[in-house]
Amino acid sequence: MSADFLNLIEVILNGLMAGVMYALVALGFVLIFKASGIFNYAQGVMALFAALTLVGLQQGQVPFAHLIKAVTGLDVHHWWSMPTLLALLVTVGVMILFAFLVERLILKHLVNQEPIILFMATIGLAYFMEGFGDLMWGSEIKKLDIGIPSGGSFWLEEATIGWAAEGERYFGMYIDLLDVWATVIAVLLVVSLMLFSQYTKTGRALRAVADDHQAALSVGISLRTIWVIVWSIAGFVALVAGIMWGSKLGVQFSLSLIALKALPVLMLGGFTSIPGAIVGGLIIGVGEKVFEFAIGPMIGGATENWFAYVLALLFLVFRPQGLFGEKIIERV
Amino acid sequence: MGSMEGPMSETVTADGRTIGGVLMEMRGITLRFGGVTAIKDISFDIREGEIRAIIGPNGAGKSSMLNVINGFYHPQDGEIWVRGKKRRALRPHQIAHQGIARTFQNIALFKGMTTLDNIMTGRFTKMRAPWWQQAVWAGPAEREETANREIVERIIDFLEIQPIRKTPVGRLPYGMQKRVELGRALAAEPKLLLLDEPMAGMNVEEKEDMSRFILDVNDEFGTTIALIEHDMGVVMDLSDRVVVLDYGQKIGDGTPADVRNDQAVIDAYLGVPHD
Repeated sequence: MSADFLNLIEVILNGLMAGVMYALVALGFVLIFKASGIFNYAQGVMALFAALTLVGLQQGQVPFAHLIKAVTGLDVHHWWSMPTLLALLVTVGVMILFAFLVERLILKHLVNQEPIILFMATIGLAYFMEGFGDLMWGSEIKKLDIGIPSGGSFWLEEATIGWAAEGERYFGMYIDLLDVWATVIAVLLVVSLMLFSQYTKTGRALRAVADDHQAALSVGISLRTIWVIVWSIAGFVALVAGIMWGSKLGVQFSLSLIALKALPVLMLGGFTSIPGAIVGGLIIGVGEKVFEFAIGPMIGGATENWFAYVLALLFLVFRPQGLFGEKIIERV
Repeated sequence: MGSMEGPMSETVTADGRTIGGVLMEMRGITLRFGGVTAIKDISFDIREGEIRAIIGPNGAGKSSMLNVINGFYHPQDGEIWVRGKKRRALRPHQIAHQGIARTFQNIALFKGMTTLDNIMTGRFTKMRAPWWQQAVWAGPAEREETANREIVERIIDFLEIQPIRKTPVGRLPYGMQKRVELGRALAAEPKLLLLDEPMAGMNVEEKEDMSRFILDVNDEFGTTIALIEHDMGVVMDLSDRVVVLDYGQKIGDGTPADVRNDQAVIDAYLGVPHD
């Protein structure tokens, strides 16, 4: 095999794994959009907030340390570093509490409002949470390590180093173990979500609410309970996304911007389809990496910044409902 | 509150079904949307085991009445009494848990789900396993799922829809969708079944099938049924008693024969040819 071909395979593999990470963020959007018709602008901030909470608990930060100091003069910033597993469980609890509060304080009061109003409410929520996260855990960049292996896989490098044709310079494939683990975890997460929604009463109720609110009510499903469940699941997905991206990039404000990367994924996959979010993520991931690899050098590189959006634009022009989205047919 | 109405003496119909006491009583229901009065001071009752038809021209307030009964609308005035007890204001899903199931005039199925799953959601009020047991598919949750699945299969047999068990309902023809919707309502084993125009838009054959199912449900399971229907032939054949609405007011109430001969009803409704 030629070294170029091997490099292309490496690029595609890395693209697929990046795509899984995008899909993970997009998935959170789709879940909430399907169940309540809300485009949750705060999904990215939820990932940031979940990661901040996890790191904070793990490192034993005292929440609101700055605030406490400003108000009482007490300088407490460290108490007890939780073991990772416990910190994870507590963070899940915090995200469930968050879902509950969102329903109680926001959604409950906005039932039957226009989608744009609900969207604006989530923008408000996003900025509130961003500030709240800062206040609670501080704004400095934090390193997140929950024991997922990272760094290049030496095994793969050594296994592939001899694959290139004789006489070519080739140093083996580079794949980050963190990406591999992220992929495995994301696949497990999606599969268990699918099983849950297919084969359990609550899962059916989730799908029912996504299809028809009135009919769901008529069989005894409480919309408000379902919204709490959906936001909890979205919070959990945000936590997983936050962990993966946080381990990669560090936990910092820019983490919330990964939500922007989910937008083109959603345009490709459609806002209402979970398989769409996954396939959309993979197409964007592979697309941008291969484009950068093959075309990037000719036009000066840095194509990864815009490729996804241009691809999404093309989709908007030719297939506005996305690959798997429901076709919008308006009868006049 | 005042004295409870004692159960009426049981009556036996010509075809041998037993009609019991009052299951639900509407007292002076008034429903307004802004300046429009959809229902004006309507009172009537529904007795255990009967088929009660609500008829009237378009815009008479029939669907609004059904929506009041199942809690989609909250009347400004009036009370609903269930088995001698005043019902407090409840949300629709809570009313479903009290044993009232319904179908809709414009079919409201879960279109992306299969026939089987649609009818399974009808079992929602009967399934109790907590979510964490469902999530890990733990023993009790699994047994509950299997037991309810069996009940659903019996409903599917009863409605003769085995061939479409696994078909997403969005792809089914209209008449079949109506039947699945009936199945979903039946799955709740309701004590009161509300049917909003169960035969609208059906051809003669489909209407005959649906009539048969409605009669069988009432006869075999003793389910009390309140239905809205436009086809007068069907109404006269099916129902034990008929309440007639016009412009949000009640203008007639009685057996099909009574109603057919009532001059006010004839003027308002029967005299005007429909369809």
